[in-house]
Amino acid sequence: MTVADARVDVAQLARWLERWQRLVHRDRDRLTELDMAIGDADHGLNMDRGLTAVVEALHATAPSTVDVLGRSVGMALVSTVGGASGPLYGTFFLRFGTATGAVEAVDAAQLATALRAGVEGMAARGHAEPGDKTMLDALLPALAAFEEAADSGAATAAGSAVAAAREGLDATLPMVARKGRASYLGERSAGHLDPGAASAVLLVEALASALAEET
Amino acid sequence: MKKLVNDPQRVVADSLLGVEAAHRGRLAVDHEHRVVYRADAPVTGKVALVSGGGSGHEPLHGGYVGPGMLDAACAGEVFTSPTPDQVLAADRLVDGGAGVLHVVKNYTGDVMNFEMAAELAAAEDGPEVRTVVTNDDVAVEDSLYTAGRRGVGATVLVEKIAGAAAEEGRGLAAVADVARRVNEAARSMGVALTSCTVPAVGTPTFDLAEDEMEVGIGIHGEPGRYRRPLGTATEIAEHLVTPVCDDLDFTGAPVIAILNGMGGTPLIELYLMYGQVAPLLEARGIAVARTLVGNHITSLEMAGCSLTLLRADDELLRLWDAPVDTPGLRWGT
Repeated sequence: MTVADARVDVAQLARWLERWQRLVHRDRDRLTELDMAIGDADHGLNMDRGLTAVVEALHATAPSTVDVLGRSVGMALVSTVGGASGPLYGTFFLRFGTATGAVEAVDAAQLATALRAGVEGMAARGHAEPGDKTMLDALLPALAAFEEAADSGAATAAGSAVAAAREGLDATLPMVARKGRASYLGERSAGHLDPGAASAVLLVEALASALAEET
Repeated sequence: MKKLVNDPQRVVADSLLGVEAAHRGRLAVDHEHRVVYRADAPVTGKVALVSGGGSGHEPLHGGYVGPGMLDAACAGEVFTSPTPDQVLAADRLVDGGAGVLHVVKNYTGDVMNFEMAAELAAAEDGPEVRTVVTNDDVAVEDSLYTAGRRGVGATVLVEKIAGAAAEEGRGLAAVADVARRVNEAARSMGVALTSCTVPAVGTPTFDLAEDEMEVGIGIHGEPGRYRRPLGTATEIAEHLVTPVCDDLDFTGAPVIAILNGMGGTPLIELYLMYGQVAPLLEARGIAVARTLVGNHITSLEMAGCSLTLLRADDELLRLWDAPVDTPGLRWGT
């Protein structure tokens, strides 16, 4: 069996969410401060509350297949995060789960397909494009990096996705927001990192961390 | 900050207890989903109107639930959109078999959450849903490079007029058409004299000096078009009338005018303002057929006001005049 055939199981994906919750909780104030500059100063609070609910839901239900996990996580995010981030991250996980179907584990290529479905679902939900200063500006480069490195296995691919996501976040600094509340600021939104892209980097970091553990 | 609260985190839940106690027999409250709905819902065969949004804009939306207007309103946290499960619960409570019209103000969060609710309804064999998004705030440039114009005063007009159309027994597509027609013919502009304070935050949403005003303010304290020294009522009236009338021709049709308070301005000043606005409209050849002065879509305790004009026609006027029986608007019953 090659590295590319190594499977990522539901338990590892659940750990991805646990890691994401811990990272967001750790960085809650930083996310809220980023949002204070160009939004409504609640991103850290909302994400922390929502991910706490996600982790509770996963512990309560212990999903045995990836599609059930995606649905459980997606619905918990949608019903507890609120604002725009709830529907956006919620759609990501709902589509992620739908893409894999009722399987107990995925290989790197299947994981890439599911991630693509999630990111595309998020883009459709927000009607956003690259360069709009949104989560997508971190997630699209991360997805491209993951797909390119998928032959080397999921853990390696996730590692290169982290670097790409961080570069994507940095690139949002000079951007003028064209979506969400920050867009009301027009040119005044330039010079600030996008808070959504910042929480998206943590999503990718959490994936890499959860996958690295088993390899 | 002094507020009448027990626990700042429970302001919405506790306020809904009061809505239930004050309007027993007319309104009912689903506290789990934070939905205010007509006590006689579902009304069989009638298109149901469901709206909602962040709390803090009262009487919008819960105060407009009742015969002739909304069937249900979903209350989000203060200035935060309600979630899809709330909206879906509201749809189920009030669907009378003729479908549901969602009335949604154009804010990124509201649009996405109502959209997901409509998708869930479709996926779970729920009621048929149509949506109208209100976007009448001329303070925001309407372009591909923003989230688009915000929904403000037109929302009250849409809820009243489309509510009357539904009460007449029109079908879902026809009610949605009326709602869209109202939104397309309405424009608004607001001004803030002070900020507001979200109870759970405890500090003012933005800073505005004692001698300044924010022209083009959003109902959540979003920045306006410009900030300038506070003017007289006459000067402020110009700052509202000019951008609204530059954006749409209101001559040659009966107009419905709303002079709306933001929550912290007394009625005496709102009437004083309308006294300044009315001659400016007349000088432009605009014939106001109906007027509403008062607090209709507020921003907590923000001081200031907004002007909304609707280019109506005989049919829209007739629907506006139709009986309505809600805590916020009541006539003809």
